[in-house]
Amino acid sequence: MLKIEIDGKPVEVDHGTTIIDAADKLGVAIPRFCYHKKLSVAANCRMCLVEVEKFGKPLPACATPVAEGMKIFTRSKAAVQAQQSVMEFLLINHPLDCPICDQGGECDLQDVAVGYGASGSRYTEEKRVVFNKNIGPLISTDMTRCIQCTRCVRFLKEVGGMQELGMVGRGEHAEITAYVDQSVNSELSGNIIDLCPVGALTNKPFRYSARSWELVRRPSIAPHDSMGSHIEVHVKDDKVMRVLPREKESINECWLSDRDRYSYEGLNSPDRLKVPMIKHHGEWQETDWKTALEYAAGQIKDITTEHGSDALGALVSPNSTMEEGYLIKELVHGLGCGNVDYRLRQTDFRLDGKRVGTPWMGCNIDEIEKLDRILLIGSNIRNEHPLLAQRFRKAVDNGAELSIISPLDNNPLMDIAHKIIVTPNDIVNVLAQILKAMSKLQKLSLCLPPQLSELLEQIHVRPNTEAMAESLVGLGETVNLIAPKVGIFLGNMALSAPRFTEMYSLAEAIGGVSGAKGGILPAAANSTGMHLLGVMPASTGMHARAMLEVPRKAYLLLNIEPELDCQHAALARSAMEKADCVVALTAYKSKALDHATVLLPIAPFTETSGTFMSMEGRIQSFKAVVKPLGECRPAWKVLRVLANTLGLQGFDFESSEEVKLKIFDGEKPSDFARSRLNNNMKELVEIETKIKSPGLQRVGEVPQYEADPIVRRSEPLRKTKYNIKRLVRLHPDEMRAYDLVEGDMVLVTQDKGSTVLPVRPDAHVAPGCVRVAAAHEDTLGLGDLMGDISIEKITQEQADVFKSKQMEAQN
Amino acid sequence: MSTLKSETKDSKPVMTDLKGQTLITLQTLKEDNPASLATYEKLGGYEQLKRLVTNKVKAVEVINQVKLSGLRGRGGAGFPTGLKWSFMPRYYDGTKYLVCNTDEGEPGTFKDRDIIRYNPHQLIEGMAIAAYTLGAGVGYNYIHGEIWREYEIFEAALAEARAAGYIGQNLFGTHFNFELYAVHGYGAYICGEETALIESIEGKKGQPRFKPPFPASYGVFGKPTNVNNTESFASIPWILQHGGQAFADLGVAGSGGSKLFSVSGHVEKPGNYEVNMGMPFTELLAMAGGIWKGRQLKAVIPGGPSTAVMPASAILDATMDYNGLSKAGSSLGAGSLIVMDETTCMVKTLKRLSYFFYEESCGQCTPCREGTGWVYRVIKRITEGNGKMEDLDLLTDVSNNISGRTICALGDAAATPVLSFIKHFRPEFEYYIQHGKSMVDGQ
Amino acid sequence: MLSAEAIEKIEYELTKYPKDQRQAAVMSALRIVQTERGWLSQESISDVAAYLGIPDIAALEVATFYNMYDTEPVGKYKITVCTNISCMLRDSDSIVHHLQEKLGIGFNQVSEDGQFCLKEGECMGACGGAPLMSVNNATMYEYLTPEKVDKILKELK
Repeated sequence: MLKIEIDGKPVEVDHGTTIIDAADKLGVAIPRFCYHKKLSVAANCRMCLVEVEKFGKPLPACATPVAEGMKIFTRSKAAVQAQQSVMEFLLINHPLDCPICDQGGECDLQDVAVGYGASGSRYTEEKRVVFNKNIGPLISTDMTRCIQCTRCVRFLKEVGGMQELGMVGRGEHAEITAYVDQSVNSELSGNIIDLCPVGALTNKPFRYSARSWELVRRPSIAPHDSMGSHIEVHVKDDKVMRVLPREKESINECWLSDRDRYSYEGLNSPDRLKVPMIKHHGEWQETDWKTALEYAAGQIKDITTEHGSDALGALVSPNSTMEEGYLIKELVHGLGCGNVDYRLRQTDFRLDGKRVGTPWMGCNIDEIEKLDRILLIGSNIRNEHPLLAQRFRKAVDNGAELSIISPLDNNPLMDIAHKIIVTPNDIVNVLAQILKAMSKLQKLSLCLPPQLSELLEQIHVRPNTEAMAESLVGLGETVNLIAPKVGIFLGNMALSAPRFTEMYSLAEAIGGVSGAKGGILPAAANSTGMHLLGVMPASTGMHARAMLEVPRKAYLLLNIEPELDCQHAALARSAMEKADCVVALTAYKSKALDHATVLLPIAPFTETSGTFMSMEGRIQSFKAVVKPLGECRPAWKVLRVLANTLGLQGFDFESSEEVKLKIFDGEKPSDFARSRLNNNMKELVEIETKIKSPGLQRVGEVPQYEADPIVRRSEPLRKTKYNIKRLVRLHPDEMRAYDLVEGDMVLVTQDKGSTVLPVRPDAHVAPGCVRVAAAHEDTLGLGDLMGDISIEKITQEQADVFKSKQMEAQN
Repeated sequence: MSTLKSETKDSKPVMTDLKGQTLITLQTLKEDNPASLATYEKLGGYEQLKRLVTNKVKAVEVINQVKLSGLRGRGGAGFPTGLKWSFMPRYYDGTKYLVCNTDEGEPGTFKDRDIIRYNPHQLIEGMAIAAYTLGAGVGYNYIHGEIWREYEIFEAALAEARAAGYIGQNLFGTHFNFELYAVHGYGAYICGEETALIESIEGKKGQPRFKPPFPASYGVFGKPTNVNNTESFASIPWILQHGGQAFADLGVAGSGGSKLFSVSGHVEKPGNYEVNMGMPFTELLAMAGGIWKGRQLKAVIPGGPSTAVMPASAILDATMDYNGLSKAGSSLGAGSLIVMDETTCMVKTLKRLSYFFYEESCGQCTPCREGTGWVYRVIKRITEGNGKMEDLDLLTDVSNNISGRTICALGDAAATPVLSFIKHFRPEFEYYIQHGKSMVDGQ
Repeated sequence: MLSAEAIEKIEYELTKYPKDQRQAAVMSALRIVQTERGWLSQESISDVAAYLGIPDIAALEVATFYNMYDTEPVGKYKITVCTNISCMLRDSDSIVHHLQEKLGIGFNQVSEDGQFCLKEGECMGACGGAPLMSVNNATMYEYLTPEKVDKILKELK
């Protein structure tokens, strides 16, 4: 520890601490623009100059490490003179257009200028003008305001993983820009708005819609992935105007993904359902709550009475709250029915009943960056959990070796040590190879259960898998780690694969052999919570897939658009078509709910209170930040009244908090989670490693801005480059094998459903795979996200005929 | 052979008299074909390298000789070379780098160009000796992009040295390896600053790094790196051949050796003069043929524009060494004398210099990026007849606010001419402001 | 697409650096491509970036920072006249005026026949030969007089 003095106040700090960090620790405010605790030190703005005893000139507090006995003066005459002179320089070319600047009221430059600026300017020469750049639909630029602090450049390079902005030119002519006419495409791009200390980069959708002082700031939890990022929702006149990160070091640090930042535009979508509706002779009619609920309850009752309680199926969004999940489960069970499930994008349910507890990520989010070896299985991490990808990036920057096994060779914007790109089915074999290679490397083969040992005997380990295994046990190019910290994670593509059970079991075994942490990276905000609550079929019930395969007479839908949110779009669609009654609790009117019978308008997360459980098992409650729109009601309330209307007992909750109390039943929520989160398996399932599909296998990712009903209605996100027209993408070798060239029309068929799409070669797709993204109206005819698929080249005329037939069928 | 011929295509030869010079870095000029390997070898070239390497002379012994020589960094900062060498970590797991700074862009400085033109092998040997001493495995000579011919000459000399076994792997049959490469700038004054130069070697913009960490711990590709000026490296073989003391004895206290002085501007014979440190200015001026056209001396910038201008009265009694010029109110810098005769308008001259710093500021630090443009515009306005008396105080104030407030010394360099020109020639500035025209040329 | 000759030259430059430091060769690579194509278009800069495997913007930063790179067309001969102090003291102004009159162009302009472009240069580190100019970044002409400039222009044409 070093003893130093700042403005006469003594403080002890660690070796290597900079003056600015020491001052921050002491609560001494030093003005700054370029310095940011999460970015590399640039020391270019010079605003943080301070006087240090025995130094002839002022030193930048951000870049100067303290030394024993250092006496620092941040407010001395010399320090203030230096700071004032820097302020003067910063302002000479600044337009001083605060009245028309969106940053006004929350501008670092404005704030610091009040403290350090002069009332008038000595600069009488011409001011610099810098042309604005169009860097995409999310960020507005007013580059004349830029003070060249380069925070944005450093963020995209260091945190985003890809240098998309740069400072071109030099001297006074230096300006921040993207490469000629390119947009900034980082899925974390919005953070540069927060980082910009002036009004050069502002929020494009929010532009000119409110002044910062008119906004009320309310805390909430981000609902589009399972990280549980902390957000601050900014509200004006009961409308969500924008969303910003709320600092939480152990989860989202001070960042937010673009999905979580800009999805709010979907909350204000014209699609919002504002009043209950009942379909009457094929026509939607608005109605009041009482009528709607009585109608819904009557229908459910009639059908269950006539066909048995088993005739009902409840499909629940994993983005719904724990309270909502609990109530719908209780409601369905109350009717004597076991058909309830949240796992809408899963095909493989063979692990049901085989686990000890609730599967989770197996470690904390902030442990990732400390890992030495990482294995990601079936995950397009930037698409699935954009901010989590940044944690992995930090690990790699810290020297971790990243291995990837996936059907897609997507660039994670970090160095990959080893990668194996194979079909989803072949992932199983690769994992078995790794297990075999590792057990040999660890000399642990005898410790494996005999079932596995036998299985591994038939496995042939290939050199690239061997290399991956060596990395995972800690062998390195220069240094071998004796006890490496290893993390093994299964992503969305693994979770929806038909061989998920094998992948999970082998990953568990590999984890056991290597002492790795890890588990699954659940897709949605409350996937873990739903599992923990058991929003899953009772022993006699049907899981989500079965409910569609064997259509039910009645469905109760919570917060979903069936054909967009379910694994098998075609199946979901036909099941809804065939049902006698579909009661949908939804925030949106949707084409996907055309076959519903009753639409009950529920409040999205901003208009209700509730609780999510994140991938790391964190239980986080939030309150409504605005009043429900129109006649919308919180879903917990709707479910409660529906249960009451159905005559069920035990639903007398007055608030979501009461539901929460009931869920945890007096236990401390964290203890509740602790005792139930567990990735271990009770018993080994049968593993078949040589699954060969006769044909091709689909890789049907859900694009990040299509993940759920809110985000898919955010216009700004739809305008980004991630919202691409649906294509069939094939490895160039497959293109040749099927005699295809780019732009050819292809008839794609899964099960009995088909669609027609143009084809494009894509070397990032594993041979044997067909990449067709899901959750889009163009692919509604298709089946499983990771299922068998066939393709056939057709002519443009045939394609036109197909499409016109499709149109007819829809009308 | 008594004249120094410029070999530049289509240029008249510079008739620089070698009499009175102490040729060390340009010692091959006494010979025909000065740049060839044979010439250098004839003068004992590469023998010191061979001696050190084959006799496994200890690094500390070499460093002691360099310390003894009193050699100070010839790039302008004047930091003792031997001391700088001692900062390099002795033991390091990985490649250490050696960098030669031939990014000669300080106006009025053109000495390193002649070293490459006329004696490239002495530079190569100097670098190889430094590499041996410091344990550097790889070296780069970063050459000013504008002197393209010299870049090609150096590449050719490297090929010769490589073929002759003076650089490369297992030199002289030992385990000593040293790979040396030529790299180039492409038009950025700032890359003469050592950390900007390092950034540039890495293929980035030449924006200086904040120090600490210094290059000795975090240099090229983040590895320990020692950077010296061309002339400094080229002095090393002579120092080891004749001993540090012999070098020190050539000069005066605090300024060992001889040094190349680049003399430009209003003299009869502009060119490089390698003379002993401590030579009276008047003697050096006489060697350069005196003031041209029989005119009177008005002022001299003694070490490039980042050193303060000296009126004739101040420099005429000065000696050409670190202490001598410091006592006289300026500094030696890179030894680049820009001589101005009585017809020179100091306002217009300052305008050109301030334009230079405005143009060459890298744009990283606020005071330099914003301040150099401000200064230039005010001076330009004065030369356009729109000056105000208070502009002079403003210029002084703004310059003081740039100086000492930036990552690198360019901020200080940009302030120096403004402060010293106004200090020594204030009446000329006032005249220009009052009359809207120059006191000297009436325009 | 880079030409085979350009690739060969860039590959030579790459031998100077560690294998994982391809960006280091960007200075040379841009120079090589500029020499071959006359100037650096967006396409040229992207080509270089792609070959070295660095972001486009990183190559653009370098191309716009160093002023011997030309991101606008410069005609067949780019003449850069130094006007810095040592050259100025030896009347580089007269050389500039002479060139401007003779070629009918100002600084940063290209003559109508596409032959010449005039640039104002900063110190080239050859002040002993002032006034001076450089043609196409490669050939330096020193001790200039208007007559000598005429001779050089004639030779270039």
